[in-house]
Amino acid sequence: MIISESKPFPEILKSLEGDQRIFIVGCKGCAEACQTGGEAQVLEMVKQLQQEGKIVVGHSVLDFLCDKALVKFKLKPHEDAIVSADSLLIMTCGIGVQATAAVVDKVTHPGCNVVNVGGSRGEWRGDERCLECGDCLLDYTGGICPMTACTKSLINGPCGGTKDGKCEFEPETRDCGWHLIYERLKKLGNLDRMKVTLDPKDYSKMRPPENLRSTIMWALERKEKEASAK
Amino acid sequence: MTIAELAKQGKFVITAEVGPPKGVDITEMLENAELMRGKVDAINITDQQSSVMRLGSLPVCRLLIERDLEPVFQMTCRDRNRIALQSDLLGAYTLGVKNVLCLTGDFIALGDHPQAKAVFDLDSVSLLRAAKELEQGKDLAGNELAGTPNFCLGAVVTPGADPLEPQLIKLEKKVKAGAQFIQTQAVYEPEKFETFMKAVAHLNVPILAGIIPLRSAGMARFMNANVAGVHVPDNLVEEMEKAEKRMQKGVEIAARLIKDMKSMCQGVHIMAIGMEKRVPQVIEAAGL
Ligand code: SF4
Ligand code: SF4
Repeated sequence: MIISESKPFPEILKSLEGDQRIFIVGCKGCAEACQTGGEAQVLEMVKQLQQEGKIVVGHSVLDFLCDKALVKFKLKPHEDAIVSADSLLIMTCGIGVQATAAVVDKVTHPGCNVVNVGGSRGEWRGDERCLECGDCLLDYTGGICPMTACTKSLINGPCGGTKDGKCEFEPETRDCGWHLIYERLKKLGNLDRMKVTLDPKDYSKMRPPENLRSTIMWALERKEKEASAK
Repeated sequence: MTIAELAKQGKFVITAEVGPPKGVDITEMLENAELMRGKVDAINITDQQSSVMRLGSLPVCRLLIERDLEPVFQMTCRDRNRIALQSDLLGAYTLGVKNVLCLTGDFIALGDHPQAKAVFDLDSVSLLRAAKELEQGKDLAGNELAGTPNFCLGAVVTPGADPLEPQLIKLEKKVKAGAQFIQTQAVYEPEKFETFMKAVAHLNVPILAGIIPLRSAGMARFMNANVAGVHVPDNLVEEMEKAEKRMQKGVEIAARLIKDMKSMCQGVHIMAIGMEKRVPQVIEAAGL
C-alpha cells in the first residue's frame, strides 16, 4: 500500500499553467483507498478544473495504474482524447505517474504527494516497523528495530539525547528507541546482546537485490530493448 | 601534547570549549581561545553545535595550531557519511590535529536547518572504529592507505543519565573501539559522579568531568527540564537564586564542583557556552 496525499489545488493549478486541455487519470488501488485519486476525487477535480476555465477532455479511473502493461491497454480507448490534450493530470502515487509517462507521449502532472511512512508495512498499524535494511538486526535488539525506532537509526546504543525514555526529537510523542530496546532486553535477561558492537551498516544492502531488480519496470524495459535490438 | 599523553603523565587535564562563529568573522572566537592560553591543556572546537550551521571545526583547529594552541577536533556523524568522515580524519592528521572527539551529533530538527537531510551513516562507536582502522593503515572498506595517521581519540558519556546502564554499555563499546579519553556531559552532583566513576573504573580510561558554570537559577531550571542527563540539584538552584552577584556565584559553584571531584577523575572539561571569559576565573578559583 502506498500512502498518498492530494497536492494543494493551487499547486496543481500552477503546474497546469499554460495547458488548456487536460486529461485526468485516477486509480482504483491505493489512491482510491487514500481518497486521493478514486472515482469521487477525479470527478471533483473535473469540476474544479472546469470552474477554473480548463477543458477536461476526458478522464479515466484505472484498476492499477502501477501496472504499466495494463495502463497502455486501458488507456487505448481514450487515445483520441489523450492525443488532443495538452497534458495529463495523474491523481495517484509517483509510480502511477511514471507508468503513465512511460506509455503516453504527453506531459504527466502529479496530483499527489507520496507520503513517507518510513517502513510502515503490513496490517500492524500505528508505527513504523521496518526500513528493509537488508541485514536484520532484530536479534541484537530484542525484536525492536533500531533503524526505525531510533530517530537516527543508531545501531550501537543510545545517543546522549535520550531523556526520561523519550527521544531528543519530538519528546512529547516519540519514545527513545534505544530506551525501549534496553528495557526489553533487560526484561528478557538478554542485555549481553546490547554489548555486541555491530559493524557499520552496509547500506548497499538497502538497494533491491539483483534478482528483484530484474522485475522492476526499468530493468524490464531495458531487457525488452535489449531483446528487440537483437 | 595530546590529552592521552598528558593523562598518562599523571597531569590533571584541563580542557575548555570554543564555538566557531556563524560567518567568517573569527576575531571574537580567537580572542576567546587566547583567554585559555597557558590555562588549559586543550581547546575543544565544536562541530556545528546544536545542528546550527557555522564555520567548521577543522579549519578552526588548524587556526589554533598555527597559534600554538592544542585543539580537540569535535566530529559528529550527523552531516557526513563514512567517506567524508574518513576523509576529514585524514585531513585533520595532515593539518597537525591529533585530538579527535567522536560524537553522534544532535538531530537535525533541533538546529537552524531543519530541512536538511540527516546522515548518521556511522554512529559514534563506528566513527571511533573508522579512525582506529585508519591508524592501522586501512580504511573502513579495508583498502590500504598511503601513510598512516595517528590520533588521540576521545568520546563522551552522560554520567547523570537515568537509567545509566545503557550509557555504560555504549561507553564500554566506545573504549573497546579505541577511545583514549572521555569528556562527560555537565555534572553538578559529586556524589552521583563518584558512583559513576566507580562503575567505569574497570575501563581504565582518563575521564574529564564536564563543568558548565551556571549563569542564573533560570538557566539551571532550563537545563533540568531540557538537557538530557543534566541535573542541577535544588540547593544549587537556590544558591544561584539568592546570590547578589550571580556570575560570580556561578564561577564559585563551578570551582567548588571541581575541587570536590578532582580526586575522583583525571581532569575537567569546562564548557562556558558563550561566556568563555569565565573559564580562566573558574580555573583560578578552583586552584588548578
Ligand atoms: S533491522 Fe533492518 S530488516 Fe530488521 S526490522 Fe529493522 S530495518 Fe527491517
Ligand atoms: S534519543 Fe534515542 S531514539 Fe532519539 S536519536 Fe537518541 S538514541 Fe535514537
